[in-house]
Amino acid sequence: MFDQLKKRHWLTVLLLTLCSNIANAQLNIFACEPEWAALARALAGDGAKVYSATTDQQDPHHIQARPSLIAKVRRADLLVCTGAELEVGWLPLLLRKAGNAKVQAGQVGYFMATDHVSMLEKPTVLDRSLGDIHAAGNPHVHLDPFRVQKIAVALVSSLVKIDPSNEKDYQENLRTFTLEWRNAIAQWEKQAERLRGKRIVVNHNNWVYLERWLGLERLAVLEARPGIAPSSSHLAEVLTQLSTNPAEMILLAGYQNDKPALWLSKKTGLRVVSLPFSPSHEENLVDWFNSLLQPLLSADS
Amino acid sequence: MTKPLVMAAITAALLNSSPALADSETEAMKQQLDALKKEYGQAIKALEDRLLKAEQSAQQANDQAQELAIKVEQSKASQPVSSGQNSFNPAISLILDGRFASFDNDPEDYEIPGFALGNEAGLREKGFAVGHSELTMSANIDDKFFGKMTLAFDDHDGEVETELEEAFIQTLALGHGLNIKAGRFLSEIGYLNQQHAHTWDFADAPLIYRGLFGDQLIDDGVQMTWLAPTELFLQVGTELFSGSRFPAGGRTNGIGAWTAFAHVGGDIGIEHSWQLGLSHWEANDVEGRESGGHEHGGEETETPSFSGDSEINALSLVYKWAPNGNPKNQQLKFQFEYFDRDEDGEVVMLNSGTPPEMTSYDGDQKGWYAQTIYKFKPQWQVGLRYDLLDSNNRGSDADVLAEAGLDNENHDPERYSASIDWLPSEFSRLRLQYNQDKSYGETDHQIFLQYTMSLGSHGAHQF
Repeated sequence: MFDQLKKRHWLTVLLLTLCSNIANAQLNIFACEPEWAALARALAGDGAKVYSATTDQQDPHHIQARPSLIAKVRRADLLVCTGAELEVGWLPLLLRKAGNAKVQAGQVGYFMATDHVSMLEKPTVLDRSLGDIHAAGNPHVHLDPFRVQKIAVALVSSLVKIDPSNEKDYQENLRTFTLEWRNAIAQWEKQAERLRGKRIVVNHNNWVYLERWLGLERLAVLEARPGIAPSSSHLAEVLTQLSTNPAEMILLAGYQNDKPALWLSKKTGLRVVSLPFSPSHEENLVDWFNSLLQPLLSADS
Repeated sequence: MTKPLVMAAITAALLNSSPALADSETEAMKQQLDALKKEYGQAIKALEDRLLKAEQSAQQANDQAQELAIKVEQSKASQPVSSGQNSFNPAISLILDGRFASFDNDPEDYEIPGFALGNEAGLREKGFAVGHSELTMSANIDDKFFGKMTLAFDDHDGEVETELEEAFIQTLALGHGLNIKAGRFLSEIGYLNQQHAHTWDFADAPLIYRGLFGDQLIDDGVQMTWLAPTELFLQVGTELFSGSRFPAGGRTNGIGAWTAFAHVGGDIGIEHSWQLGLSHWEANDVEGRESGGHEHGGEETETPSFSGDSEINALSLVYKWAPNGNPKNQQLKFQFEYFDRDEDGEVVMLNSGTPPEMTSYDGDQKGWYAQTIYKFKPQWQVGLRYDLLDSNNRGSDADVLAEAGLDNENHDPERYSASIDWLPSEFSRLRLQYNQDKSYGETDHQIFLQYTMSLGSHGAHQF
């Protein structure tokens, strides 16, 4: 019995040292998607350790509440996620299991990007026969640079609340980011001017903000219902629709199954343009947007 | 003599002073330059600020225009109801489960020699039957608590039984990795035990779960867990239970049963993840745990009743692989669990006359299963499972032991299962499963055709 107590005592000491080490460490930011990790890195600077729960190759709707993610949330000071039910299949469980009061819903450390911008495509009917729809609207707001700018401003005010001693740095980072972002937007808009009015077919309805920004016209969606693989009858419908009203390209996110798009491409001769839906590992937002626009521009030329 | 000295002094002074002169000049120029720099710097900064402001106001105009467009778009249709994290508050979900079962042997004859079955253990009805329907409601109660209730509806011989499967609250805001749960909940013993039947990868429970827990260990009590602040997932916890439910029994005044467990887990790269668990369950002074009885031609049912000490040790391992870490398209899942139960006490046959038949009992029961599920396409998965049990129970009266179903009849129960699932969406599943069941002497061939549908709010599933 005494031996056991002694052992436990050692364990406590060990764990306490671990705890205190972590308390002294820099700000821990848990981003649900790589785009928010990139934004957090730009705004929080070197004073933060940023972790992205997903990569650009993963579908953020379908992540499992893995032990490693729970361990990360346990140590997070700030959570930066999309919200609007995009992460509903895994984030609530991570939060419940992590035992971290700082990042629970309603706390300063719980930052949902979609809480700070308006959203498109709010469904008028909530019915699962329509597929996996999001009640709050289409959550993929990171594809509109203007919304990203707004989110950046909101994120900095959260950072300041969590870590007021470094307010000056955060404001300076925001200034630098904003200047660079503005210039980049001006450049992108100039480059993408010729894409305005382009008629496209998309695999999954997750490009709406990009379409809106660049003025692309969406003719059809291969997934008749979001999140449910396209049926052959629906694909046939799209094919006949396109024969009367032809599109110019098919858009596909890098992580998606490309079979339906390739099938349609074979039938119609349309080009399949695979775009990176999120920044790759450690890529910054400007570089990612460049790599997002490049395939579109070269597909057009 | 003095002249050269004066000369030298003057030269020295000159030599020294001229660089001094030059120094002060450059200093002045430097200062001027700095002042200029500062001035220009401020001017540039002011210009930048003005530019930023101008751009911001331009953006505001842009945003306003966009917002207006959105408003117009939204006003075209009525607003849906949605608020907070979830579109439903509380989140309500309903699980519908139905099945068609075919058995070669009579399901009433089902037994696992060496294991006295209790609780939900056993095969269900032949033919068409609605399975285990579940109604779940859950929500964050406030910023400090989360609450959940699950009602299970089962049909037993034409009568619908409602069971309160789960009703618990859980803390959210204790911090430091601590969580406390209180109420009725699924115990953290093993791996599969905390998962609701509708999330299982097969239509039935592993044999060892059936043999030891009657499918699942649920009890009333308190659970405390602590998660270490480490890179590696390391969770330890304990549960204190009333011990009034199978496989404990007989409510004592204090804590009738308790568990202790530890889970370790992590990722290997992006594509692989794993979890290892060790757990222990113990119930001392179990009083009158009854197992399913059997009839002797019209007489009253003789039911074995165990009293004594019982403890279980368990080991579980889960490993998952998904290409690019994207389980939506493809995934491989391997799962292994081992359980060992030790019991010491006596078994009485109730309704066996006066005095009742009884025996001392020293039980040793163990078993494991291993299963692999391979999702080869977004909507299709196949699974294989193997179960093996073993028991070595001793008592003062071998006949009573045999009558209680605790004699292993020199047979190691085993079972082979194969399944194929079609998952049209994440809310629906159709399953075809085949079992070659050697739970007892006569091999049984079992076929299940099962649907499991989830209505209402998304439930987040455990790893």
